[in-house]
Amino acid sequence: MNPGADRDARPAGHPGRRTARAYGIAAAFLVVAVLGSALVGAADLNPLATVTALLDRIPFVDLHSSLSPLDRAVLYQIRMPRIVLGALVGGLLSLAGAGYQGVFRNPLVDSGLLGASAGAGLGATVAIVYLGGAGPSAVPVAAFVGALAGVAVAYAAGAVGGPGTATLLLAGLAVGMFLTAIQTFVLQRSAQDIQQVYSWLLGSLATAGWGQVGEILPYTAVSTLVVLLHGRHLDVLSVGDEEARSLGLHPGRIRLLVVSACALAAATAVAVSGLIGFVGIIVPHAVRRLAGTSYRVVLPLSLLFGAGFLVLADTLARTVLAPGELPIGVVTALVGSPVFIWILRGTRSVHT
Amino acid sequence: MSTLTVRGLEVDLDGTPVVRGVSCGIGSGGWLAVIGPNGAGKSTLLRAVAGLLPHRGRVTLGDTDTQAVRGRALARILAFVPQNPLLPDDMTVADYVLLGRTPYLGYLSSPGRHDRRVADDAAERLDVARFADRRLATLSGGERQRAALARALTQEPSLLLLDEPTAALDIGHQQQVLDLVDELRRARGLTVVTTLHDLTTAGQYADELVLLDGGRVRADGPAVDVITEELVSQVYSARVRVTTDTGGRPVVTPLRGPIPEGPIPEGPIPGGTDAGGRPGPR
Repeated sequence: MNPGADRDARPAGHPGRRTARAYGIAAAFLVVAVLGSALVGAADLNPLATVTALLDRIPFVDLHSSLSPLDRAVLYQIRMPRIVLGALVGGLLSLAGAGYQGVFRNPLVDSGLLGASAGAGLGATVAIVYLGGAGPSAVPVAAFVGALAGVAVAYAAGAVGGPGTATLLLAGLAVGMFLTAIQTFVLQRSAQDIQQVYSWLLGSLATAGWGQVGEILPYTAVSTLVVLLHGRHLDVLSVGDEEARSLGLHPGRIRLLVVSACALAAATAVAVSGLIGFVGIIVPHAVRRLAGTSYRVVLPLSLLFGAGFLVLADTLARTVLAPGELPIGVVTALVGSPVFIWILRGTRSVHT
Repeated sequence: MSTLTVRGLEVDLDGTPVVRGVSCGIGSGGWLAVIGPNGAGKSTLLRAVAGLLPHRGRVTLGDTDTQAVRGRALARILAFVPQNPLLPDDMTVADYVLLGRTPYLGYLSSPGRHDRRVADDAAERLDVARFADRRLATLSGGERQRAALARALTQEPSLLLLDEPTAALDIGHQQQVLDLVDELRRARGLTVVTTLHDLTTAGQYADELVLLDGGRVRADGPAVDVITEELVSQVYSARVRVTTDTGGRPVVTPLRGPIPEGPIPEGPIPGGTDAGGRPGPR
């Protein structure tokens, strides 16, 4: 028997069990990340008391926690909003990345694609440079609008070039470079804002509060719902536009819907956190290794794993250099790159 | 009820007319083979009939004008398998075959038990059920073709359009796939239209042939009328000898070099010969 035959016969495993196991791991990962992040930080919280305090907040659970009022404030008003915001941002970025990867049939596509990151960067830069004192409060809105506008322009430019995903990707690249050039120009004319712009560009959750969580919740809900509902359609799209059409699907329509929802997800995340790269690539990739490539599984799992991953990354960002903070974009790249290469190694050994 | 009729079909690709006024057809449960040289418009004709290309002219299946049905409704009456179906590497065979149920699913619904049973039956029928859990990347050429056919069959179509179903296969697997298609149409009354490269094979399996040349119909009818030395040498610029097998079906034998002596039709010998004894360019 040749060595290849054995591998070729390798079954993908029982699909149902594999999926259930993946959901179990995802849930455990998220819970561990949240608890770990809640316990670690400048103020030393008693682990048991913290856990009971958190459980107490779950509806219909009534527990008495020995946490002091001050510790309670730290937990509820400082750590928890930041954890929840981080989870939402990570989930959104991963989901958007996975959605884009399905639409473009390309696993290397990220959530910042199609001019989203560049548009957000330009919006935030303009707000910081030209709006002066009103800048800080205007930045999220400007980034949000910039990201959506970037995607809209890229989409329109791609549509002019003809149908298909390759033109759309290239148009996104061109629009991204164009917007980045304008941003560089604006920034170069006003050197005193460089520090502020850069610290935004590298991403941070340092200013997180319940207010921000409330603001992004509606956008989060809508974009997440729309993307999650299209898992099966993305699976059909994976056989190519023409065959998808011969199966009765409208690839263009699906693409527009999913791209819009992913753009909304990415813009929402960017607005409250700045640019956090890489999450949208590595998380869906890890999920595929764990649970297979069907988007019906990849999308929801990316949401869960992305949430946990960013909570962990943010925990590192605020503790490694305490009392200073690392930009979270630096952490995701520093931690993400080696992990990603390790995942790729595993992928190669299966494929070759 | 699933008689296919094509009337005056015209297709332009990027402004170039590729199919020009083609009329052809095949009765319910019949097998039509579209033959012709490279670039004659075979695949384009097939894709237009599948509703995948904008075209002029009429295509009717039974009483249904295929122009009038769109999307999922069309995908429930006809299934199309391209020459090189795109099989996502990491998808399992079972999931791939199940994609054939797409035309029957509402926008937000998932495949149910009935859908899975239809897909399983098709996989069983095409002998791919044994490796339902394998990834598509691990399949051989013949297995890939059978998986694609199983997906098409899962659509429960009345018309099956296959573009070069045997292009990548060796002779044994060619016969295996074509025998399967033949069984399927007999068992289910499927009407089959295939483009086929191999003329002898086309003559063996199809009830009717249509020979395309430069986007037009050059000849059509039963194999003996379409596959003749005269037509093949003219349309393909090929040197062939056509004999008939015991069943009266034509057998095409390609000939090397200048036409040797023997009972060959008179006429100009295509091309001269160079020093190596090979024909020069015309």
